[in-house]
Amino acid sequence: MWEYTDKVKEHFLEPRNAGELEDANAVGEVGSMACGDALKLSLKVDENGKVEDAKFQTFGCASAIASASALTEMLKGKTVEEAEKITNQDIADFLGGLPKEKMHCSVLGRQALEQALAQYKGEHVEEKEGEIVCECFGVTDLEIEKAIRENDLYTVEEVTNYTKAGGGCENCHDTIREIIAKVRAEEKPVTEPKLTNLQKIRMIEEVIDEEIRPSLKHDGGDVELIDVVENRVLVAKRGNCAVCQASEQTFKNLVEVKLQELVSPELVVEEVPQ
Amino acid sequence: MTTIYLDNNATTQVATEVLEAMLPYYHDFYGNPSSAYTFGGQVGRKIQEARDQVAALIGAMPEEIIFTSCGSESDNTAIRTALSTETGKAHIVTSRVEHPAVKVLCTHLSNKGYRVTEIPVNREGQLDMEQYKESLTRDTAIVSLMWANNETGVVFPVEEAAQMARDRGILFHTDAVQTVGKIPINMKNNTIDMLSLSGHKLHAPKGIGVLYVRKGTRFSPFLIGGHQEKGRRGGTENTASIIGLGKACELAARNMEEENTRVKHLRDKLETEILARVPNSRLNGEPLNRLPNTSNISFEFVEGEAILLLMDEFGICASSGSACTSGSLQPSHVLRAMGVPFTMAHGSIRFSMSIYNTEEEIDFIIDKIPTIIEKLRNLSPYWKPGEQVCAAGA
Repeated sequence: MWEYTDKVKEHFLEPRNAGELEDANAVGEVGSMACGDALKLSLKVDENGKVEDAKFQTFGCASAIASASALTEMLKGKTVEEAEKITNQDIADFLGGLPKEKMHCSVLGRQALEQALAQYKGEHVEEKEGEIVCECFGVTDLEIEKAIRENDLYTVEEVTNYTKAGGGCENCHDTIREIIAKVRAEEKPVTEPKLTNLQKIRMIEEVIDEEIRPSLKHDGGDVELIDVVENRVLVAKRGNCAVCQASEQTFKNLVEVKLQELVSPELVVEEVPQ
Repeated sequence: MTTIYLDNNATTQVATEVLEAMLPYYHDFYGNPSSAYTFGGQVGRKIQEARDQVAALIGAMPEEIIFTSCGSESDNTAIRTALSTETGKAHIVTSRVEHPAVKVLCTHLSNKGYRVTEIPVNREGQLDMEQYKESLTRDTAIVSLMWANNETGVVFPVEEAAQMARDRGILFHTDAVQTVGKIPINMKNNTIDMLSLSGHKLHAPKGIGVLYVRKGTRFSPFLIGGHQEKGRRGGTENTASIIGLGKACELAARNMEEENTRVKHLRDKLETEILARVPNSRLNGEPLNRLPNTSNISFEFVEGEAILLLMDEFGICASSGSACTSGSLQPSHVLRAMGVPFTMAHGSIRFSMSIYNTEEEIDFIIDKIPTIIEKLRNLSPYWKPGEQVCAAGA
């Protein structure tokens, strides 16, 4: 049995806004019976571009029903611009979270919303763009790429949880791996903003406290931050580290590797005599 | 809220008599049955008694009973022992609707180079006997076919299938985990070489199983260790559970008639009433050759997990073959193998009863199900009442 939050249970047992709007001017219909879940979202947008009313119809499990119910609640009273910004994560958050295997229920909500808003704005809605990667659930490469980018996914399992792709015969797992690698390769290396001296020292202290000291303490050792001069971090050994000959290299390496990884790659650690 | 338990194919309540028989062997008589002194030896005698009780239920000889830890261990042992004693043979015949204990093991073995043939079933879940016959070759080391299906209750003609294997010199194993205790079995009247059963499906505790191995069958142990079970399964005996299983088998023999009359009547009532009261519902599996306690019903245009959770609100326990409850994204492999359409497969519910169910419970469920299905159908974009009721009547 899945672990659902009280909010999910509440929206499942008493769904809000179930049904179909007679006078809808924005309708999104996604999913299929073969896939195991489907959602029809109908919206009434007023002349000021505000969502006046929202209703849903869902075929699916408890979390699919709850996600759709939550989405209609979130949409009411929002402008089209605000509605466009609702992500699948927002839907999950509204419900206090969804089990990770059920995230695709929130993605279904997001997809229906996109389709409905595109229809409202008179945009031509492409039936299915891209090429089908997952034959079992009819998921395209573009949908997979989008889910990877929007939800920061790294593994095939995560892609399956969010899109269902790869959840059937598993023949497409290699292709999904390639798509993940492709999206990851596109990412530009993040340029860290330059730290002020004060920020730098605070971060160094934090890393020493949380990452370095506990592992030294494990062997009865310790470290003290003496000073920071530009990118030179001056430290002194304490406890067992101070008397342990073997710690010579490992001590400096441990501290330097951690600080370079978590604060800045330019840092150099120097040991000062006690 | 009282619990109404109709998921006895998943597991059963330990019978009071079984629990009482077991308790002394945890605290008072905790000796090791292999020990030389009376304190241990008396436990050994109780185990022998349990072996007799199990053998009696299935018409076997006591020395043909090997106690294991569960049905899955028994299945693994049976298939692996055949592969190691039938040297040079690398083919396994099984069905598309087996329990994962057999199905996943066979997939694993096929990745290791063994050839596996999965015999299909028809729309009613019956085995394709023609294909089965054709699949048996000189290279076949073992056939493993379940006696009755856990999801639909459909019974396979395993005795006939076993004879066909025997005629060709092929070992035959059956997973009878769902069958033992529900319908009469007599190993004297068939040529099945190995049979698996599991305690917790017949009111004994979890963690105890049996592999029946016909006398004279070559055997290579799966769990190698001590001399227990005549060297066929190492490991100190799970004494209390073995004694409990013995008691449970004795009770099952005594309750067999009730299972096939009163329980069957309750099952039939539940089924008939639900199918009559809920439009666009249908029975999965051939109705006549079926376990007396199992009913698998599909409700079109709704999803199984949602049905289960609404039933849970009334304390009703059952299970579903829908994707969301299977932990995967596809509906049960059994229903897919039977070609149950997607509109039906996602909304399938299995009710499985025991002698502890009452008529009041069944009436309560009959009363609640139509409302539950209607509630979910009113949410479903595919449900168009007018048209579909007519279509169902056609």
